[in-house]
Amino acid sequence: MEYEAVIGMEVHVELNTDSKVFCGCSTDFDAPPNTNVCPVCLGMPGVLPVINRMAVEYSVAAGLALGCTISRWSKMDRKNYFYPDLAKNYQISQYDLPLTYDGSLEIEVDGVRKRIGITRAHLEEDTARNTHSLGGGVSGVDFNRSGVALLEIVSEPDIRSAAEAFAYLTALKQILQYLGVSDCNMEEGSLRAEANISLRPVGATEFGTKTEVKNVASFSGTQRAIEYEIARQRAILEEGGAVLQETRGWDADRGVTVSQRSKESAHDYRYFPEPDLVPLAVDEAWEATIRETLPELPQARRDRFMEQYGLPAYDTGVLTADRAMADYFEAVVEAGAEPKQAGNWVMGDLQKLLADGDVPIGECRVEPDGLAAMIGLIDKGVISGKIAKDVLAEMFATGKAPGTVVEQRGLVQISDADELAEVARAVIEANPGPAGDYRGGKKNALGFLVGQMMKATKGKANPKLANELLQHELEKG
Amino acid sequence: MGKITKQDVEYVSGLAHLTLDEETKERLVGELSEILGYMEKLNELDTSNIEPTMHALEMTNVYREDKVQPSLDRETALMNAPDSDGEYFLVPKILDTE
Amino acid sequence: MSAESYAWTAHEIRDAVTSGAVSARAVAESYLARIEACDQKVQAYVDVWAESALAQADAVDARLARGEDVGPLAGVPVGLKDLFCTKQGFTTCCSKILKGYRSPFDATVVERLADAGAVFLGKLNMDEFAMGSSTENSAVQVTRNPWNLACVPGGSSGGSAAAVAADECAFALGSDTGGSIRQPAACCGCVGLKPTYGRVSRYGLVAFASSLDQVGPLTKDVEDCALAMNVLSGRDERDSTSADLPVGDFTAALRPDAKGLRIGLPKEYFTDALGADMREKIEAAVSALEGQGAEVVEVSLPHTEYAVAVYYIICTAEASANLARFDGVRYGHRAAAAADVEELYRRTKTEGFGPEVQRRILLGTYVLSSGYYDAYYSKAQRVRSLIRKDFLDAFEQCDVIVGPTSPTPAFRLGEKTADPLEMYLSDIYTISINLAGIPAMSMPCGLTESGLPAGLQIMGKPFDEATILRVGYAYEQNRGLDMGRPAVA
Ligand SMILES: [Zn+2]
Repeated sequence: MEYEAVIGMEVHVELNTDSKVFCGCSTDFDAPPNTNVCPVCLGMPGVLPVINRMAVEYSVAAGLALGCTISRWSKMDRKNYFYPDLAKNYQISQYDLPLTYDGSLEIEVDGVRKRIGITRAHLEEDTARNTHSLGGGVSGVDFNRSGVALLEIVSEPDIRSAAEAFAYLTALKQILQYLGVSDCNMEEGSLRAEANISLRPVGATEFGTKTEVKNVASFSGTQRAIEYEIARQRAILEEGGAVLQETRGWDADRGVTVSQRSKESAHDYRYFPEPDLVPLAVDEAWEATIRETLPELPQARRDRFMEQYGLPAYDTGVLTADRAMADYFEAVVEAGAEPKQAGNWVMGDLQKLLADGDVPIGECRVEPDGLAAMIGLIDKGVISGKIAKDVLAEMFATGKAPGTVVEQRGLVQISDADELAEVARAVIEANPGPAGDYRGGKKNALGFLVGQMMKATKGKANPKLANELLQHELEKG
Repeated sequence: MGKITKQDVEYVSGLAHLTLDEETKERLVGELSEILGYMEKLNELDTSNIEPTMHALEMTNVYREDKVQPSLDRETALMNAPDSDGEYFLVPKILDTE
Repeated sequence: MSAESYAWTAHEIRDAVTSGAVSARAVAESYLARIEACDQKVQAYVDVWAESALAQADAVDARLARGEDVGPLAGVPVGLKDLFCTKQGFTTCCSKILKGYRSPFDATVVERLADAGAVFLGKLNMDEFAMGSSTENSAVQVTRNPWNLACVPGGSSGGSAAAVAADECAFALGSDTGGSIRQPAACCGCVGLKPTYGRVSRYGLVAFASSLDQVGPLTKDVEDCALAMNVLSGRDERDSTSADLPVGDFTAALRPDAKGLRIGLPKEYFTDALGADMREKIEAAVSALEGQGAEVVEVSLPHTEYAVAVYYIICTAEASANLARFDGVRYGHRAAAAADVEELYRRTKTEGFGPEVQRRILLGTYVLSSGYYDAYYSKAQRVRSLIRKDFLDAFEQCDVIVGPTSPTPAFRLGEKTADPLEMYLSDIYTISINLAGIPAMSMPCGLTESGLPAGLQIMGKPFDEATILRVGYAYEQNRGLDMGRPAVA
């Protein structure tokens, strides 16, 4: 029997607020254990939460970017369960009235676009971190993360493959980073993904029994875990067995999912409205104010780049993957560079320099107008494209302007026809074989000779002129 | 609603993390049944068109601004800890990874 | 005025200290001596802060000597129910689970009292986590009623009421979730006000039931109550449920007559459940108010009979979550040698919580558990709306509603502890007020045949404590009875 996978994702992202969601403690990630804590986030007796306005606004912004409806009336609830990382032994979350609901996210796999429904995105608080590496039969609890604002984004079970899940996470991360509401750094735990996976015969409308896969540390890990889990479930079903509804952890080292014991004897969370907080009422005016702050989102920007700059789909995808990169590209174009060339330089040499040096684009020493000026020098024939690569590397290393680099290093292109004609004649003389080949009709021998000219001039020969002069000299003699 | 059983008492004591001896369970079956039985009185009222009251107060949108305030120093934070190494609150080793 | 300043009211002390007639230190010493003399019998205090009280009093005297502003409660000795967080001493809620707990911060109300010049005498006994109506659920000690040491002081703020009645403090701070200020005030013959929900900050009040809890004063007279409310009231940015409304001067609203006021008598409060003796006292008080110019109208609060059921669903549900944090991980009692976290939780909670607290946690857990939420919690919240509406409708016809605080005077120690439901039902007249969120005050209206105080309850419109205080003051000035003081020492 043919089976299809039915996958829904639950993603938790830590919101980028400076302070926690219910107290004024810092959200700084690097602080020593239990130094960003106060009576509120330690759950001490007598404390009360007061909600961070920015956390609500970030949640609404994320909801809007995901096409969600914003609740005019919503509230926080208490979710009751016991665990040492949960200061109050209840988590302040949202149950039946989430801040935002009913949206969708477009993904693209193998050139096919598809919308994945977003059930809801709601605000809650993060838990503390337990450490098990202290030895002595104890675990340690660090409450620095306790009370950091979290947005939980729940998708509809619209995902059908591990590749789609990967694309979903990538698109979601891109949007949230564009908004600036979260770092979405999976290694630091600011993005956590869980997948609900079940299989059903193709054509069936009812869902099969699902498992929940957790403990995944990367997007590619998520993809592998889902691939594994689909295969595992398929094997069970093909043998006529039944999938057990359970939580399974991904063991990245062994490449398998492993059944996890449930932490509560029963998941009976006893939700009820949080009496210490008053309802959240995001009216139309407030929603509009937040909407105005939304940047252009990745999909819209890709479409516009294709339309406005005539860039191919692949290029727009690369250029818009990161908001800062896309902003940089547009600044280069704004400064006068031709878009296609600008795109090639940004996603080619510049991207490589950034990656090799592990430099975020925000800290790049090549200003957009510097790159545009460099492209201008190529256009004007002052330097060759090949020389420009060296110029860019030096600009990147020193922050110098392109004109300064070219002048200081004497890299100005030779465009003097008499001078180059002399070089051409010398090259023909030194390479009688290829010259003869060319004259005998093997026109592609010209490339070799041009290369020799560039070598002779240390790359400074104007390639177009060198080409013409070589042909002229070869045909004349 | 209905009479509470010993199984119910065991179930909720599990959720609440309380250990009850047999005698206490028996006593609670009686007491809670009496109290919950009394609460059935509420079924006399039709509340299908009544909005629930979460707060006696009619307030919405009370927020704090996103400003970092001083935290406790760690010594104070750990001051009441039954067990600590000066950095962490310590508990018996947690085996369950969830 | 008596020579002993412990017998004075707070406003008398404030005036005497401010005018230089007596030093704050002398007042504090008088109270500390009184505690020394009486508290062996009354057992109101669980912790007396003699040294810091004298230091605070000296600081008031020093400010006064420098001609600085000393605040509206200059040198007034105050006792605090043991569920207010204080950096000084311990904050235990009279529970084993918080034995030795030191709060790293002061409750907002404690800060406000300190800023107003008050002197803290120590922490007062209470039912564990404020769960009870007799203070017999304290894990620390049994407090006795100063009027009759064989009787309970009421609860849960029994230590606060007993201390005020026995002149062991000028006034005390209590908390009221279902009557825990008003009922002990009635039992001990003092004035106790539960403000409107949101009037006084709850920050630093250890929560029992968050949507019902309010902080309020227990005082020797109505003027003191108004004075304390001036200091306690007002918006606190640390409490999202504290109302951003003007407070005004409650003492300025006090007038010795009730002219032009309409007093509603709820017919549901004057049934057979109300003892004849108690009924007589309430009716006499109403007549006295009529004599002061008030007009009396009958009103109806038709859902009164459902209040106990609603209350015990909502308060236990909220308590089951509020008390979950006491788990032996970050503070408080921890069971010894637990093998794993699950055992740590179970043994810590089982050892640390007393029987009534455990019963309420279980009841609250049950009403919220899967499959029961709609039948209990959601239903209770809807009936709560009806109860609130009853009051708002009744207030269309009157300015205040008047009735008894409790059906009977203080009962004897041990008399009711066996039957929890019977104990719950004795809260009948007080809990509706918390469900509706409105303010209400209990004040003495004579002694019953048994020689124990009877309590008159005056209920007001939301945020209209001023009218309650005005009616109470008019009655107090003209009630025509001298209750005397209990003879403790
Ligand atoms: Zn904090």
